[in-house]
Amino acid sequence: MDCSHVFEFKFKRLIVVFTLFSAFLLSSVGVKAQADTTHATEKSHEAPAEKEKFNIGKFALHHVADSHSWHVIGDTYIGLPVILYDKGKVFMFNNSEFGHDDEAKVVVEKDGQRFVKMHDKIYFASEVANEHGQYVELNAEHHAENKRPLDFSITKNTCTLFLSVIIMLLVFLSVARNYKKRQGKSPKGLASWLEPVILFVRDDIAKPNLGHKYERFMPYLLTVFFFIWFNNMLGLVPFLPGGANLTGNIAVTMVLAIFTLLLTVFNGNKHYWQHIFWMPNVPVPIKIFLIPLELIGVLTKPIALMIRLFANITAGHILVLSLICLIFVFNSLFVSAASIPFAMFIGAIELMVAFIQAFIFTILSALFIGMAVEEHH
Amino acid sequence: MDLLIPEVGLVVFQTIAFLLLLLILAKFAWKPVLGAIKEREQSIDDALNKAELAKQEMARLTSQNEELMKQARAERDQILKEAKTLKDSIVNEAKTQAQSEGAKLIEKARIEIENQKKAALAELKGQVSTLSLDIAERVLRNQLDDKAKQQDLVNSLLKDVELN
Repeated sequence: MDCSHVFEFKFKRLIVVFTLFSAFLLSSVGVKAQADTTHATEKSHEAPAEKEKFNIGKFALHHVADSHSWHVIGDTYIGLPVILYDKGKVFMFNNSEFGHDDEAKVVVEKDGQRFVKMHDKIYFASEVANEHGQYVELNAEHHAENKRPLDFSITKNTCTLFLSVIIMLLVFLSVARNYKKRQGKSPKGLASWLEPVILFVRDDIAKPNLGHKYERFMPYLLTVFFFIWFNNMLGLVPFLPGGANLTGNIAVTMVLAIFTLLLTVFNGNKHYWQHIFWMPNVPVPIKIFLIPLELIGVLTKPIALMIRLFANITAGHILVLSLICLIFVFNSLFVSAASIPFAMFIGAIELMVAFIQAFIFTILSALFIGMAVEEHH
Repeated sequence: MDLLIPEVGLVVFQTIAFLLLLLILAKFAWKPVLGAIKEREQSIDDALNKAELAKQEMARLTSQNEELMKQARAERDQILKEAKTLKDSIVNEAKTQAQSEGAKLIEKARIEIENQKKAALAELKGQVSTLSLDIAERVLRNQLDDKAKQQDLVNSLLKDVELN
């Protein structure tokens, strides 16, 4: 597996220095911010009337999480459709019916069911409000304990998902048309821009890991690579239609990892399963001992894929948001002189991370599938 | 941690959307694109191979041409040499022939001249005899005008006869 050249950027050293510096900066700020967060949450629940201090943790987490509305600018939001399912009944309404409420204070009644929204999750509303006017029962950690209907809402992430699918279809179908039109000639336009990437996936990801069987898995590898890459890039756009954190959402990365797992499991050959259930060339007790370990190994691989993509992209978003938020934490315009260049620098790194994470997810998928289809001699 | 719990709605939508994307792209994008790339690579390989072959053929032809040129040059030299020898021999032959012809002609001329000379001499002899007879006749006629002289002559003639 020769992919070291990908990481051999000339400015690698620079990145290390900057990252260490920003990590140092953030760790000190982060502790302070965390202290602020806990302090502020406690405060907000004890005395909601008091003007809330800016809460960097809450702000960043709110921005990387999914949402039922799409922030445009200022106080303008696009309300997205809410689709709920419970006991054979489907409830549909627009999120704007909740108003700007996100603390379970506004109840929406549909077909005899009452719903509230808290922290962008929809719950069945309690009969009566608690002391803060919230129609939910809170546990000790201030989390709602009410039941939830199955939520199939078109959220911000779902919208971005559809948008990215449409963009990818437009891009790649037009590229395919271009290839058909210019048969046997050199690629032109969009195709010439994407062909090196397609060749990169084929020659540096698929071929080294899958050998001569690579052609069968090319569609999956290419789709997953471009899906992650496009959505990583789309997530870096700070305003509409970007701004969603799709590839940093655990549900999305989970589905992608499950696809890789299924491909591995269904394409595994005799040798692959033999190495899992009856390892050759070891004594019988060890064979038995190895079975659960190997089975866990089958599952940890996709779980690692899932967590890696989720954590990298979410961390990038939080990093950029935190740097911007420093201005508000210190409540001083002068901080922007430092935090904006830093945020831009991290943003530039994120552009790289967007590609590298797509690459890593794809190459590891190829590696896992390759291990399952490998022929032993 | 809310972030770590997958939402069922997004899982469902992601599965459907990604599957659709995968199927559509696999059929209508990746297949033709990868096919076209492969085909192009094949044709480039073919073209390069052909170019290599053509180069070899070219080199072969060049060396062949050189060989041919060398041969042709040698042949030309040979021919020139032969032509020169031939020319020399022809010239020599012509010279000898001319010489012998000339000698023959000279010989012929000489014989002719000899013949002519002989004829001329014969004719001259005849004429001299005629003339001498004429002269003798005239001398005799002059001398025989008188009888004495005639007698003398007859005497002298008779003397000669007697001597014989």
